[in-house]
Amino acid sequence: MYSSNEIIETINMISQQHLDVRTITLGISLLDCITDSKQRTCDKIYDKIMSKASNLVKIGNDISSELGIPIVNKRISVTPVSLISAASKGHLEIIRTLDKIAEETGIDFLGGYSALVHKAMTPYEREFLLSIPEALSTTNKICSSINVATSKAGINMDAVALMGKIVKDCAYLTRDKDSIACAKLVVFANAVEDNPFMAGAFLGTGEDDTVVNVGVSGPGVVKTALEKCKGDLTDVAECIKQTAFKITRVGQLVAKEASKRLNASCGIVDLSLAPTPVIGDSVAHILEEIGLESVGAHGTTACLAMLNDAVKKGGIMACSNVGGLSGAFIPVSEDAGMIKATQIGALSFDKLEAMTAVCSVGLDMIAIPGDTTADVISGIIADEIAIGVVNTKTTAVRVIPVYGKKAGDKAEFGGLLGTAPIMNINAYSPSKFISRGGRIPAPLHSNKN
Amino acid sequence: MKAIVSVIGKDKKGIIAKVSTALYEMNINIEDISQTIMQDYFTMIMAVDTSECPLKFDAVVDKLNALGKETHLEIHIQLQSIFDSMHKIDTDKKGL
Repeated sequence: MYSSNEIIETINMISQQHLDVRTITLGISLLDCITDSKQRTCDKIYDKIMSKASNLVKIGNDISSELGIPIVNKRISVTPVSLISAASKGHLEIIRTLDKIAEETGIDFLGGYSALVHKAMTPYEREFLLSIPEALSTTNKICSSINVATSKAGINMDAVALMGKIVKDCAYLTRDKDSIACAKLVVFANAVEDNPFMAGAFLGTGEDDTVVNVGVSGPGVVKTALEKCKGDLTDVAECIKQTAFKITRVGQLVAKEASKRLNASCGIVDLSLAPTPVIGDSVAHILEEIGLESVGAHGTTACLAMLNDAVKKGGIMACSNVGGLSGAFIPVSEDAGMIKATQIGALSFDKLEAMTAVCSVGLDMIAIPGDTTADVISGIIADEIAIGVVNTKTTAVRVIPVYGKKAGDKAEFGGLLGTAPIMNINAYSPSKFISRGGRIPAPLHSNKN
Repeated sequence: MKAIVSVIGKDKKGIIAKVSTALYEMNINIEDISQTIMQDYFTMIMAVDTSECPLKFDAVVDKLNALGKETHLEIHIQLQSIFDSMHKIDTDKKGL
């Protein structure tokens, strides 16, 4: 039997501190769906996903009810579509099929309208990338991610230049909805193959046929635990570790049970602390609890580095396989503390860039002025990607140049995507640098063989 | 399946009677009970076995939630495995 304190602690974590499982993401390989016919490829994709995932939502809800813990999202990730559609050139037909599947299964998001172009782009991959604005502006639940660099290959600057334009096109095509298509598009360095989180989830080619990856959440639990911690920073790190252990154990339990019921292999638990816009579910508030007047103050990067490290140390012991992005997320629009810090001028774009050097995953859900040029966006991408490549870590960019709005205005995305105050950015031009194209070579320390 | 029923609320007469009657009506066996008063709040923890209960688990959750509303108490039922996971470090167990 457990002590009353233990039982009450668990119940309070769920009912008052917003502990939840953010997502069960079922990865489904589409490699066996490749044909040279658009129609046959779509038919095979439909049949395969529906045979594996038609019960995903129900199974997620059942586990949630039995354990008494919310499972907020049920998602699907698939093999990068550019690989599946290359033979038939049927990417636009596939996007319709995936959209239909997302609606029929009742899932929250489907990720994998993706391409891996970190070294170079084939002519077809260029065509695929140019279809992203149409794909994201005519669907609601489909997400896209593009890997433009790895520490081994360097940075494909042709792809970086193109992505600046694509982000702008996405913004324009959804100009009546605060450019929301950009919230479903991520540009990566060192993208991971087992990520359960959106918008960057896809199932890598090194993965099993069907695999369950789980992402936990729980910034509120860490914040509450720290409220009682009066010690020095070693004590703070220890407190975060112990709390992360408990949070992650729940993720491991859910991953095991979901994989058994879905007849899929048990992939990884992603240790990321994922915030939501709800009060009391904020990563920024953890940093402030450690001792900052506001997130963005000098000291923020150090606090975040410690938080990220302690979460990993606690989480790694709690589950069999850790993967995905695994670190603290700092999306601006999805975190009440980040939103406030931006509004009062405490948190700048440049400070966010510095913070991404010590945590996962990058410049995330940042609204920028609608008149930002494609070249400036490519410059933002290049800077962030360089941080990932040189530090041998995953970094990403998900910025939203909100059409028709300027710094100080607000963009409303709704739901988990939240509200974003539009941030001021440095608008000096990097055009000459971006238009050079080519590839930035891999850093010296990546040559380890 | 082994589960934990927790009841939290202002202390008053008949709490144990009402909860245990509801469990009896659903053919759920009570294996252990502990109760305590924490910060003026009555807290009761019951370890139960639902294996002979004819209802689906979500129906049991709904019934106990309804009883909680009716009696102004917070009543939860959760599978034991979530507490095992969080509070015990030992070898992983199969299933829930």
